[in-house]
Amino acid sequence: MHLSARQTRIAGRHVANEPLWLRILLIGISGIVVTVLIIVPLVYVFVQAFGNGPAAWWAQLVKDRDTQHSIFLTVVLAPVAVLLNTIFGLAAAWTLTKFRFRGRVLLLTLLDLPFAVSPVVAGLCILLVYGMQGFLGPTLREWGMPVVFSWPGLLMATTFVTMPFVARELIPLMESLGSDEELAAVSLGASRWQLFWRITLPNIKWGLLFGIIQCHARAIGEFGAVKVVSGGIGGQTDTMPLRVEKLFQEYNNPGSYAVASVLTLMALATLAARILLERWTEYQLAAMSEEKEG
Amino acid sequence: MGSPKHRRRSSPLPGFASGLTVTVAYLGILLIIPLGACLIKTASLDWPQFVAAAWSARARSAYFLTFSTSAIAAVIDVILGTLLAWVLVRYEFPGRRLMDAVIDLPFALPTAVAGLVYSSLYVKNGWFGQFLIPLGIQGSYSRLAIVLVLVFLGLPFVVRTIQPLLGSLEGDIEEAAASLGANRWQTFWRVILPSLRPALATGFALAFARGLGEYGSVVFVSGNMPFKTEIAPVLIVQKLDEYSYPEATAIAVVLLAGSLLALGLISWLEARNRRYAS
Repeated sequence: MHLSARQTRIAGRHVANEPLWLRILLIGISGIVVTVLIIVPLVYVFVQAFGNGPAAWWAQLVKDRDTQHSIFLTVVLAPVAVLLNTIFGLAAAWTLTKFRFRGRVLLLTLLDLPFAVSPVVAGLCILLVYGMQGFLGPTLREWGMPVVFSWPGLLMATTFVTMPFVARELIPLMESLGSDEELAAVSLGASRWQLFWRITLPNIKWGLLFGIIQCHARAIGEFGAVKVVSGGIGGQTDTMPLRVEKLFQEYNNPGSYAVASVLTLMALATLAARILLERWTEYQLAAMSEEKEG
Repeated sequence: MGSPKHRRRSSPLPGFASGLTVTVAYLGILLIIPLGACLIKTASLDWPQFVAAAWSARARSAYFLTFSTSAIAAVIDVILGTLLAWVLVRYEFPGRRLMDAVIDLPFALPTAVAGLVYSSLYVKNGWFGQFLIPLGIQGSYSRLAIVLVLVFLGLPFVVRTIQPLLGSLEGDIEEAAASLGANRWQTFWRVILPSLRPALATGFALAFARGLGEYGSVVFVSGNMPFKTEIAPVLIVQKLDEYSYPEATAIAVVLLAGSLLALGLISWLEARNRRYAS
């Protein structure tokens, strides 16, 4: 459906096409660029990881205690960071699109700030507040809640870097939807939970899911910020990307590529989920417009 | 359709107070307090100390390398990204959907994996290195290595910014240009490219910003030699490993200010450009 829609669109434009040789040349160059930059590196990960067979690959993942722990840490931390950013993204998008108030533009600008801050700087900032030399670090430690060099710091660093993804996806979407439906529901006496679950959420669910997928991919792969706050304690504060680096530095290439291949599989799953989601929303849009026409 | 401009008091919708509280508290704890701490820490240095920390010869060469490699990579991304977007939007060919799909991989792939792979592909007996190194092209542990991996990371930003705009351009203008005797090249250069300019600028800015902050992949591929292949984020981590927090913070503040300045400048130029165009 998508394909035919695209073809009619292109055909409907009556664009004078380039001569065949030029088209083939341009497609050829593009193919080479994508192959060299993206496809070969992707293949290389799996060639290296499975070079000694799947059994050796599996052993690399399971036999090493620290590797096991890093997988556990990443699999637990990333969803928690995503959950926090989803709650924040919903709250921020609701506040910033349904209301106009002083300071709104400032908040919108602040929301984009993590994109301009190097992850390393983000990690450093967290260290300065919550680290042992930091402003709040010693107090938190007395309370038995050390942040830096333990999982709360990793969570904070990951959350900082992935903060804008859900909000940035939702804000333009909710802005374009307007609030007429919500206003109607309120005037008919809907409670705020009814408003959210029955009106807003169904309207934004695909955009929300899209933002969550993006956020999750970045959360799994975060490196710089996490490295600064982790202290690199093997078996305690190493996430999977940090484990990749450590094994690489220990000249343990099979181990390093085994972990890297799991991360790559997660990235491919993200891509697949995105593509399915895009197809599904396109399909629904097409169905909706057909309904309107028919 | 935009909603009518409602003042916050006149809006009957619930959730303003709680939404604002969550937003501000979250931004405060995660963003404002830490960034503020960074500035306070820097303010505790006096001026000569700050200059000694943030403007040493080593730090200056790290800033220069960070900004120059990011800019070069972003320019390459704009050129390659325009080509890819063009081919994907305008032509039908076998493998088009696969190409369209894998372009997003740099978004999703952890940067450490990208660094790991790029560092081994371009060494002497690597898949690409065995052909390139005899030609004198050092694709790893060099400045070129940094540019290569940044090109990889920035590519989808440019393609995904240009693609929708290129798809929405009307054919009429091109037809008009053609009927007035313009050849394909003139049409592209004089008609299509100018209308893509805002997207090109945005794509450049996104790829550039991505490059400025990048650490995870560069630390694998560059070799991290002071004065040669050491970028600013690597230098910050180096200083932290030596427990010289004030120095690391001073360098971080300069990097942060530089990034914000560069990005502000780009969006200002873009806005000015748009005003001239209209």
